[in-house]
Amino acid sequence: MTTVLEASELVSGYGEVEILHGVSLRLDRGEIVAIIGPNGAGKSTFMKAVFGLLKIGSGTVHLEDEDITGMPPERIVRKGMCYVPQSENVFPSLSIQENLEMGAFIRRDGLRQRLDEIYGLFPDLAQRPQVRAGKLSGGQRQMLALARALMLDPTILLLDEPTASLAPKMVEDIFAKIHNINQTGVAILLVEQNAKEALSVCHRAYVLAGGHNRLEGTGPELLASEEVGKLYLGA
Amino acid sequence: MAATATAYGRLRDYQQLVGQFLTGPGLPLLFLGLGLWAFIGRTDAFVIGVVTGSVLALGAIGLTLIYGILKFAHFAHGDSMMLAAYIAFFALTGVMVGERTDTKVLPWTLSDLPGATKPILNFSFGYGLLMAMAIAAAIMVVVFIVLDRLIYRPLRRRRSGIVIFAIASLGVAIAMRSLILIFWSSFGRFYVPGIRPTTELPFGIRILTDQVFIFWAALVLSALTYVILFRTRLGKAMRAMADNPELALVSGINTDRIIIWTWVIGGGLVGIAGVMLALQAQLKPELGFVLLLPLFASTILGGIGSPQGAFVGAMVVGITEEVAVTLGFISPGYKFSVAFVILILMLLLRPRGLFGAKT
Amino acid sequence: MKLPAVLGGGALKGQIKGERLITPLTVLAITAAVVLMPAERSNWDVGGVISFLTFFATFVAIYGIFTLGLNVQWGYTGVFNFGVMAFFLVGANAAAIITKPPASTEYVRYVGGFGDKLAFIPVLDSEQWLPFLFGIAGAAIFAGLLAFLLSIPTLRLREDYLAIATIGVAEFLRRVTIEERGLVNGTRGLTGIPRPLGELVSTGDYKFVMLAIAVATLVLVYVAIERGIRSPWGRVLRALREDELTTAASGKNVFAFKSQGFVVGAMIMGIGGAIYAYANAAISPDTFTHFFGTFIFWAMLMVGGSGNNKGAILGAYVVWGFWTITLQLQGYTSEHPGPLGFALPDAVQSRIFFIRDFVLGTLIVVVLLLRPQGLLPEERRVSIWVERHAKHLGGARPPPAEQAESPPD
Repeated sequence: MTTVLEASELVSGYGEVEILHGVSLRLDRGEIVAIIGPNGAGKSTFMKAVFGLLKIGSGTVHLEDEDITGMPPERIVRKGMCYVPQSENVFPSLSIQENLEMGAFIRRDGLRQRLDEIYGLFPDLAQRPQVRAGKLSGGQRQMLALARALMLDPTILLLDEPTASLAPKMVEDIFAKIHNINQTGVAILLVEQNAKEALSVCHRAYVLAGGHNRLEGTGPELLASEEVGKLYLGA
Repeated sequence: MAATATAYGRLRDYQQLVGQFLTGPGLPLLFLGLGLWAFIGRTDAFVIGVVTGSVLALGAIGLTLIYGILKFAHFAHGDSMMLAAYIAFFALTGVMVGERTDTKVLPWTLSDLPGATKPILNFSFGYGLLMAMAIAAAIMVVVFIVLDRLIYRPLRRRRSGIVIFAIASLGVAIAMRSLILIFWSSFGRFYVPGIRPTTELPFGIRILTDQVFIFWAALVLSALTYVILFRTRLGKAMRAMADNPELALVSGINTDRIIIWTWVIGGGLVGIAGVMLALQAQLKPELGFVLLLPLFASTILGGIGSPQGAFVGAMVVGITEEVAVTLGFISPGYKFSVAFVILILMLLLRPRGLFGAKT
Repeated sequence: MKLPAVLGGGALKGQIKGERLITPLTVLAITAAVVLMPAERSNWDVGGVISFLTFFATFVAIYGIFTLGLNVQWGYTGVFNFGVMAFFLVGANAAAIITKPPASTEYVRYVGGFGDKLAFIPVLDSEQWLPFLFGIAGAAIFAGLLAFLLSIPTLRLREDYLAIATIGVAEFLRRVTIEERGLVNGTRGLTGIPRPLGELVSTGDYKFVMLAIAVATLVLVYVAIERGIRSPWGRVLRALREDELTTAASGKNVFAFKSQGFVVGAMIMGIGGAIYAYANAAISPDTFTHFFGTFIFWAMLMVGGSGNNKGAILGAYVVWGFWTITLQLQGYTSEHPGPLGFALPDAVQSRIFFIRDFVLGTLIVVVLLLRPQGLLPEERRVSIWVERHAKHLGGARPPPAEQAESPPD
């Protein structure tokens, strides 16, 4: 199993406030790894730090043996890692097709082919590609956000709470889609509030709390764990 | 008691209905209706208004792009137009203010090119003016980019609020106006002295042929901007940035490059707009600030970020300004206040403007 | 190595060497120039210098009043008012038409003119001071009323929209004073505005009285604001500026407070306008331009330190000092050179006002870039308890939940 993403003792935060006090994580090729934990644990912060959206105080991030610590997002995207923010993750005044085109902005060739491939993965989007993204429902928007991030055919996909504020039916659909995407060979790092669902779909998971690693294990292990069940799987 | 309650309730219902009407299709229909009346009833003023609107449109399109993509109210836009106009003037005549009066500073100007001042077609100007306009536009692009690097980018890096940007651009506006006054003083100036040729339009209206040129320039450039924004990769990226700058960054779009292109288009338009303005009226330094209100009114009326909105908004403002002063009870001095009234009404009733997205 | 801030490099704090010296040095430089230049030019005529400095200080006090009012609106309430000129205009005109005698000739037309009727308390030469108090009151009331009427439609607007709207209002009001010639005598303006306490001293000594009046008003306004800010009302106002959402959530009527802050600031500006009218004895639409009626006060506030009353006054001193110095510089022509034969080249001399405006515009930008906190930074005092227990909070505030993309501004 080759490691595609490795973060080591990452320290980061917002301005002068430190949120992550040394978090480590490993993602192997083709895996789905979930990050769960209570509110304020630093899950989203971790993802942003990895993707270069936040300043890293200390620690390293490696993408397939290359040190990408503190690299700006525009360059990380070129290395094969794409990111889907939790909210405001589509361009509302652009059409579905235009959103996808923006996803592949840095790629000049093979756009039409890639579009067809993505439409194949997301048949709902293919139905009305000229519709303005702002008019889509929450679930459709989330699908579009995923599709946009896949336009560059990334090795790694970072998903920040993809099912936040979605109806239960849509939550199922999203997780199904995540599973599909993973089947095509994309490694996925997933931050989730919905711990139970996340643990059911992932290969391994990390539990973060208070900016530190707390637990680590495979999905089934953590699902069965009493400690995790008591603290985090209540909802 | 109950009777007044229902009466009040009905009033609220009407108010809501009007509100919905205006935020929906109502406002455009209203404008269309008023426009039709103005066209038929006050044709002369209407036509002049279209010309004024054309000049405003050229400025408003750049303004709406900067406002939408860079997210700040560019208070230096009006004075930038003036700076461009004076640069063109200088390229054409080489005149600056010397000790007390004008002196010709440049040994050679564009007017010295063979046939440069010979009027094209029925216009008052020759290709010299067009070259001067191109030079002014190019210089303004450079000026804008330099100002962005020196001022606006550091402020962006610091995540300054819109207020700081507004004040900074106001400082720039003042600096530009002072610069103009230092070199060219406050005399009114013309590109081409003397009487200018006119053209006859249908309905027996006579306007300067130059004004026909201005209208077509505005229309063509608006259409061009629309095409760029909606049919090119760069344009889509610009719209994406206007929607969500961080998502654009996350998608790998080189946001810095987009910002530069925004200033390029804005600078080019400002250059052309300034020269058109000076062609249409006299060249005076104060015009820069006076223009701000109509420019912003046009932009907000049309919807920030929409070039077709800026065009339509500018037309509405221009026509309303000219037609309003033909109504007996409004004296001519209030012409620019008309833009202000439109602005306030829009902000209150329909802040997203005509073509803005419903949030 | 950090790039200079101007090229977009890192943080700015402590970037400039000897940062702590900037404020005292600036004040020293301005004071020295303001005292020495007229002294040198008048050949060290003490009487002349004192006269000059008196006028200078009077206007510093008056502009300080305006800047204090602006600080209440922006520094404390967070309302972005770019139409200061409107309140200046209303206050000055109101005071003028209240204190002047009725319009007497057919060439001068204005409403009001209650001057002679207002001295109805027959005590202490009341016609020397009572009408002028009415004038100040009237100025404050009208300015406050205008602000109140404005606040209803505009305060809910986003900040930049508010700025544009206020510019429009100011311009519109100026237009009205020009077009409606019967209102305040159109473009000719109002002259011969009476002087408060004018008969008490000889004309030569009156300037000291005016100075005293201006300074007294400034002090009163300053004290009033300082008391107001420390009151419960003031605390809500400041909380509002920091975080509107949270303040609203704690049940405070955000709009009402914002409106009140806006009105109070406007009233102060109106008072400033009244004193200006008394000091200048003449006003006209040309007195009130966007540059001189609005922008210059923003410059004063930014330079001095927004959110800080002492800073507001200091800013008025520095900017008006600079303004006065350029006026003095204009005197150094080749015919009348200054010390060491210093003379401005003719080309510069004839344009010195434009150059001054240019420098002011550039100065604002430079201040925003290099020292946005101004000469006297804002005194951020939430509470002493918080300060003791939260040393590491510094300038940034953590996001309320993980979802925030970046700290709220």
